[in-house]
Order: sequence, then C-alpha cells, then structure tokens
Amino acid sequence: MSKIIDGLYYSESHEFVKVEGDFGYVGITDYAQHELGNVVYVDMPEVDDEVEAGEDFGAVESVKAASDLVCPVSGTVVEVNEALDDEPGLINKDAFENWIIKVELSDKSELENLMDAAAYKAFIGE
Amino acid sequence: MSENKFTCLHDKHVALGALMSPFGGFDMPIQYKGIVEEHNAVRNAVGVFDVSHMGEVHVTGPEAQKFVNYIFTNDITKMEIGDIQYGMMLYPNGGTVDDLLVYTMGENDYFLVINAANIDKDVAWINEQAANFDVKVENQSESYGQIAVQGPEAEKTMKAVLNLDCTDLTFYTFKCVDYNGDNIIVSRTGYTGEDGFEVYASHKTIQDMWDMLMDAGVQPCGLGCRDTLRFEVGLPLYGDELTADITPIMAGFGFFVKLDKEDFIGKDVCAQQKAEGAPKKLVGLELHDKAIPRHGYEVCNENEEPVGYVTTGYRGISVDKSIAVALVDAAYGKLGTPLKVHIRKKFFDATVVKKKFHDKSYKK
Repeated sequence: MSKIIDGLYYSESHEFVKVEGDFGYVGITDYAQHELGNVVYVDMPEVDDEVEAGEDFGAVESVKAASDLVCPVSGTVVEVNEALDDEPGLINKDAFENWIIKVELSDKSELENLMDAAAYKAFIGE
Repeated sequence: MSENKFTCLHDKHVALGALMSPFGGFDMPIQYKGIVEEHNAVRNAVGVFDVSHMGEVHVTGPEAQKFVNYIFTNDITKMEIGDIQYGMMLYPNGGTVDDLLVYTMGENDYFLVINAANIDKDVAWINEQAANFDVKVENQSESYGQIAVQGPEAEKTMKAVLNLDCTDLTFYTFKCVDYNGDNIIVSRTGYTGEDGFEVYASHKTIQDMWDMLMDAGVQPCGLGCRDTLRFEVGLPLYGDELTADITPIMAGFGFFVKLDKEDFIGKDVCAQQKAEGAPKKLVGLELHDKAIPRHGYEVCNENEEPVGYVTTGYRGISVDKSIAVALVDAAYGKLGTPLKVHIRKKFFDATVVKKKFHDKSYKK
C-alpha cells in the first residue's frame, strides 16, 4: 500500500505538488518510487529555468530505466533539491519529503487540473 | 494477458512477488527484492537465476563434429568430452546469428545452448545448414528447465543445498549426473563474471531444486541484475552487443573466432576484418557526469556529429560511475578518445575506456 498525503495535488504521471503560498514543491509520489525501484540518478533543471505544466523538466532513473518527469505546474524553478545529486536513493526512503524542485507558481489555477489525495488513491487503484 | 511462454518456475516467481516482464518470448522475473540487492548477492555471496528460457539443441550423427564446426566460430575439435566452448554462429556476411555454448557430450554428440529470443530463428538456421550433412538436429528447449547458481559461495551452496559436489569441475567443463533418477547436466559456467554453475534438468527436478534453494535462503535473482552483472564484466547480450549487423570482430570477440580451422560460415569476412580492421568497433565509455547512457542513445564526436550508439549503459553497481558499451565508427575506437553521449536534450562528455568495468572472478 503506497503512502498518500492529504492536502497535496497529484498528477496522472505520478508527480505531486505541495503548495506553500506562491510556491510549489514538486516531486514523485511514493507509488512512483515503488514502481521504479532503486533510484540511481535524478536529472534536474537549474534554478531560474522556466517549467511548463505538461512539459518534461528532467528524469528519474532507476537501475533499469529512465522515466521522464512531467511538471504538473508552470513557473520558475527557485530551488532544486541538491541532496538528490549525492543521494538519489533518498527518493526511495521518503518520496514526499524529498521533493525535486521548488517552483514559483505562475498560474495557481492550474492546480485545479490535478487530483486530490482521494482521487489519486482511486487512480492508482488502492 | 500476453502470449509469452512460461518457464517451469513461473508460478514460483509470481508467488515470490517478482516483478514480471516479457523477455525473449517468455514472461520472466526482472527482480524480486531489487536489482542492487540481487546484484550484490551474486558479487559477494550467492544467488540463483531461473534461466529455463534458454534454448537447447542436440546435434548428433556421423558428421556432427564436422557440421557444428562449420556453423560455429570456435574450434570444437579442440574439445574433449566434458568440455564446453563459447562462440558464435554467423551469417555469410559475418553478422551474428547468435552466441552460444557448445557442450561436448560424446563423439559426434553436441549440446548447443542458445538464446531464448533466438530459438526459432536458430533452429531454422541450423536445420537449413544441416541439409548437406549426415546429422540429426533436435530442439529440446521445451524439455529442459535450467537454473544458474552464481557467486563466490556457489560451490558451497551446490554441495550444501543440492548435494552436488562440483569441486571436480573446472571453468567451462560439465558432468552428467544421475540425480534421483533424472539425468542432469551440471556445468561450471554462467553469465555474471563470478564463479558459478548451471544445471539443466527436467522441469520437475528444476522445480525441486528451486524450492530447496529458496528454503535454504538463497537469494532469487532476476534478469535485471543478470544484465547489470554481465555488462560490468564485458559479456555481450545478443540484440545489444551482437546482432545480425555486428560481427564478433567488431565486438572485440575475435578470440572466439578461430581463423586457423577449417572453413566455417562467416570466416572470410572475419578474416578480412581481422586483417584490415573492422569498420565499427565496440568500446567502453565512461561518462564524466552522473547522467546515465541507455541502449540506443546517440554517441557523437566532439563536434556533436553522430558516430555510433550505446548498446548497453548503466549507472554501475559494482563500479560507482555512469558507464556504457557503444558501437562506434572505428576511427573513434581508441582508448582515451573523447566522445559525447546525447542524453535527452544535452550532450555529456565521455571517454573511451576498456569495456570490462569490473574484473571477473572465475575459478580456473
């Protein structure tokens, strides 16, 4: 059974957004990390990069395969989680705690297109 | 579901909760606990693989030796009964039909072990070539199950768990054993770069052995780590490092192509490539960054012009680097050559290195 946290927004490609004021922390869900297996590399954008909802912003790679990261929201990257550079496996330890990028949201109405915890739970069939 | 075939251990993999995926026409376990844990179990202790998907072809008859030597690159006349050779079957243009093991069972009696994905193609090819020889070719792939017990503790495990004393087997030799009334084949071979054994037996015996190994707590290992293990020690996978377009000379396996023996299919092209150099070369690549090169990614020269592609790539497990094997134009094949790998939107610097990233630990 995967961990799902109330109050977060979820995408169909298994990213989450945790909103704090005008900012959103974006990462992959516990369900996604479990499906991927051992994460060995996270390809992240750089601070000040623009990201767009529905567009790739990097990749999470397990031993076996690379999975594109699709940004659930648009905005500007204000921080990347550099700890993942040295220890990508942190995502396996706690995917929600170890977000990948912090985005200054340019359009908070985009959040309405995402799922809440209950809808995501149903989406992954749990 | 799919039309993939099941091995005799399929139900057991599912019961163990393995992640299953199609490979070579079979629904196979990719991992049980995790690729890294399973990889390390084999490098440091012992693990067991279900390799029942592999194909077995029995060639017998008055001209069996002459025939097998004609379709195989290595020189089987050098073998005694109980010996095994690795080599390739080639097309006349030198491209690879498959890589395989040949077991010498007796005089004019050979047991060929071929890749699962190639069983139909290989059997058709072998039969086609056999038309002019007095031989009998039997595809026995459905009759045999196969497990591989691999790792530094493999010999101890074979004795303690399966009651098979293998101390008399040297690397690349085998013996036939009566195992509770089943005539089985045990060889000191594998595909991990570690010491280890492969057992060919009836489905029932293989199922019993698997259960014994599980009861003894031996780590079941999936095809995921089988690939990372073989890749790190420079062993090729058919479809990646060897294909119908890649000769063994390009791939750097000229050692297994005996040009001084009688004629064999593909000899002329191999001889020419050995003498004049092959147009392409399989090389190792070490990236200067953590980005991971994957199969099919483009390899470029310093001007970002394509010069080849990645055949296999990983974030190494025993080697903590992003590493790959790539097929490149021969001009870029020298050790130390700077190249770039095109990964998603960026080009990453890499250097040509030896394609053996981790040393093998075989018992000679």
